[in-house]
Amino acid sequence: MEGDIASMGQFIGAGLAAIGSGAAAIGVGHVAGNFLAGALRNPTAAASQTATLFIGIAFAEALGIFSFLVALLLMFAV
Amino acid sequence: MADEAAQGGGISIHPMDQFKVEPLFGGDHVGMLTPTNVTLWMALAVLAVTLLLVVGTRGRAIIPSRAQSVAELAYGFVYKMVEDVAGKDAIRFFPYIMTLFMFIVTANFLGLLPMSFATTSHIAVTAVLAMAVFLTVTILGFVLNGTKFLGLFWVSSAPLALRPILAVIELISYFVRPVSHSIRLAGNIMAGHAVIKVFAGFAAIATIAPVSILAITAVYGLEVLVAFIQAYVFTILTCVYLKDALHPSH
Repeated sequence: MEGDIASMGQFIGAGLAAIGSGAAAIGVGHVAGNFLAGALRNPTAAASQTATLFIGIAFAEALGIFSFLVALLLMFAV
Repeated sequence: MADEAAQGGGISIHPMDQFKVEPLFGGDHVGMLTPTNVTLWMALAVLAVTLLLVVGTRGRAIIPSRAQSVAELAYGFVYKMVEDVAGKDAIRFFPYIMTLFMFIVTANFLGLLPMSFATTSHIAVTAVLAMAVFLTVTILGFVLNGTKFLGLFWVSSAPLALRPILAVIELISYFVRPVSHSIRLAGNIMAGHAVIKVFAGFAAIATIAPVSILAITAVYGLEVLVAFIQAYVFTILTCVYLKDALHPSH
């Protein structure tokens, strides 16, 4: 193993930032799961709410993408 | 970075190399007007959209050809989205939203072709699209509603003491819109392509090659889905922002 303490920090930081992707996965799962629960209770109203579902998923996912971006920046740009 | 990986004996294909912007006709210098692979693939996306929507519907047949039915399907899909999300009076902005959707979805799908270049994976590309939407919506909001557009930040349904705090939060969330709007698209496309390349790197190791080829196939299938959904999300958020500009009452 070689390298300096700065690149070690980069790799550890990138790994920590990747935790955010998992957190976003929980968020997206919540949105989709709750939508499904609601949709099965009232299937007739479900079709009109798919746009809202995708907006919700997009907002939840964006923050996960931010953390992924931080990881990428640490790995390749710093 | 690629050299380091090669020396480490690990991944032989660097996952981020595919996003490199290169001039088409040799040389290393990328200037303001240099034709690069980004230019080429964006031009191809425009060409493909033109072929589908202009040449494909040229016959205007009552019983549509295959190309015409796809074009009609896309038209109806976006039209309904604008009508449902942004409201009936947003229909006059339908051409802009249709252009956005068709360009992004075509660029995403063209980027999925092997050896091609995913233009929407570059934040520079998506940031221009998102800034255009942001500026359009902001200017439109002020032109149509005057100072009433600022009511978007003044939540009249909240208790009076909370309103200044909410106004700050609303203001921040308003200005972070173009950032999240562009990074969501670029990040999703870039992440998917990088994952495919990482698995492609594993395919060089004989013992895990079958697993990694299966994984590439699965991720590719997912990416086809993501390519469409992200274009859909980009357009639907444009509609949501447009609705805010047309009806800023909170």
